[in-house]
Amino acid sequence: MVHCATIVPISLTVGANRIVPAVAIPHPFGDPKKSLDEEKAIRRHLLEKALAALQTEVQEQTVFKD
Amino acid sequence: MKGGETMSYRIVHYINQFFAGIGGEEKADYAPESREGVVGPGMALNASLGDEAEIVGTVICGDTYFATDMDKASVEVLELIKKFEPDAVVLGPAFNAGRYGSACGAMGDAVSKELGVPVVSGMYPENPGVEMYKKSLYIVETPDSARGMGKAIPAMAKLVLRLLKGEKLGSPSEEGYIERGIRKNMFFEKIAAERALDMFVSKINGQPFTTEYVMPVFDRVAPNPPIMDMKNTTIALVTSGGIVPKGNPDHIAASSAQNYGEYDITGVMDLTSEDYESCHGGYDSTYACDDPDRVLPVDVLREMEKEGLFKKLHNKYYSSVGNGTSVGNAKKFAAEFAQKLKNDGVDAVIVTST
Repeated sequence: MVHCATIVPISLTVGANRIVPAVAIPHPFGDPKKSLDEEKAIRRHLLEKALAALQTEVQEQTVFKD
Repeated sequence: MKGGETMSYRIVHYINQFFAGIGGEEKADYAPESREGVVGPGMALNASLGDEAEIVGTVICGDTYFATDMDKASVEVLELIKKFEPDAVVLGPAFNAGRYGSACGAMGDAVSKELGVPVVSGMYPENPGVEMYKKSLYIVETPDSARGMGKAIPAMAKLVLRLLKGEKLGSPSEEGYIERGIRKNMFFEKIAAERALDMFVSKINGQPFTTEYVMPVFDRVAPNPPIMDMKNTTIALVTSGGIVPKGNPDHIAASSAQNYGEYDITGVMDLTSEDYESCHGGYDSTYACDDPDRVLPVDVLREMEKEGLFKKLHNKYYSSVGNGTSVGNAKKFAAEFAQKLKNDGVDAVIVTST
């Protein structure tokens, strides 16, 4: 399981082991100020990080920052 | 009637077949019965009540009889209780007995609603009756077995007398009952900031202090091994961001969700505002409603699926609302749908949160 969450401290507190920080609370996988193509690029980037996190061995809670 | 000239309060005592001395499990289907005066532990309860109150009658019901059809049994037991014209009703104590505790709680709730008289029970905090009914009646905290009878009975007697006399109750710990989850505003001499600092200073100095708000305890899970073969992996989406089909067919609450939804996305390549919405009340849902992929990224995941980066996106996703939802409920929902995901052969989950 990988948790793509905006508020990383909450994710850590509740015990997620693989965490990918998301963009913002109202739009974790987007940015209304950008075009749809730019938003999809943001989504793609985050999802690629999520897949990478799922394939990464971790011993403890790990935040996958950029 | 005990005591002198003055009328004492009339108490009805509810107990199960075991404490009535009728039998154990083999008699758990015992139908409701009422008897004059005290039965079993009612004797000790009566003594603890002293001159001010008296057990005028005891209603007995088998735990299994009650559990099998709680609505029907409630009606029957209530009728028997009513006949005694009680000023208050004491149920149990049930200690950690689950069916007994549920019955005491359910009856306490019914008596409270129908008769409007004080109701007191006694249970071990982990008794399921506590979680279900703590808001409806006062439940004195007891140990987990009948060895605690000697302490439970006087505590229950004391509390019911205070309720009968309309005395103002102190905090749960002062009165010995289990916290009901009811918030009461109160004034303190010091403002909150000062009280917080006092606690902080005590904490730094290694001195004891009492928190005004007990934090929930979060457990830890060992990290799972990494996915080794992503190309053959089935991925599922789960969200706490409240993305649901338009119209929120399962009525998932905007706050303090009582349920989660399971939604089929077979053939869905992109979430749009026409077919989906956010029902989450804890963030500005404008952007999520305009394009739900911003919270549940189906569109790009479908593209990645098509490219073969992983085997497939599971045809169902699970959704609830994280806002104000109790840890208990969240755990319950997740345990349930995690099992479904496992049964469906899902290998990995991406959980999205706002």
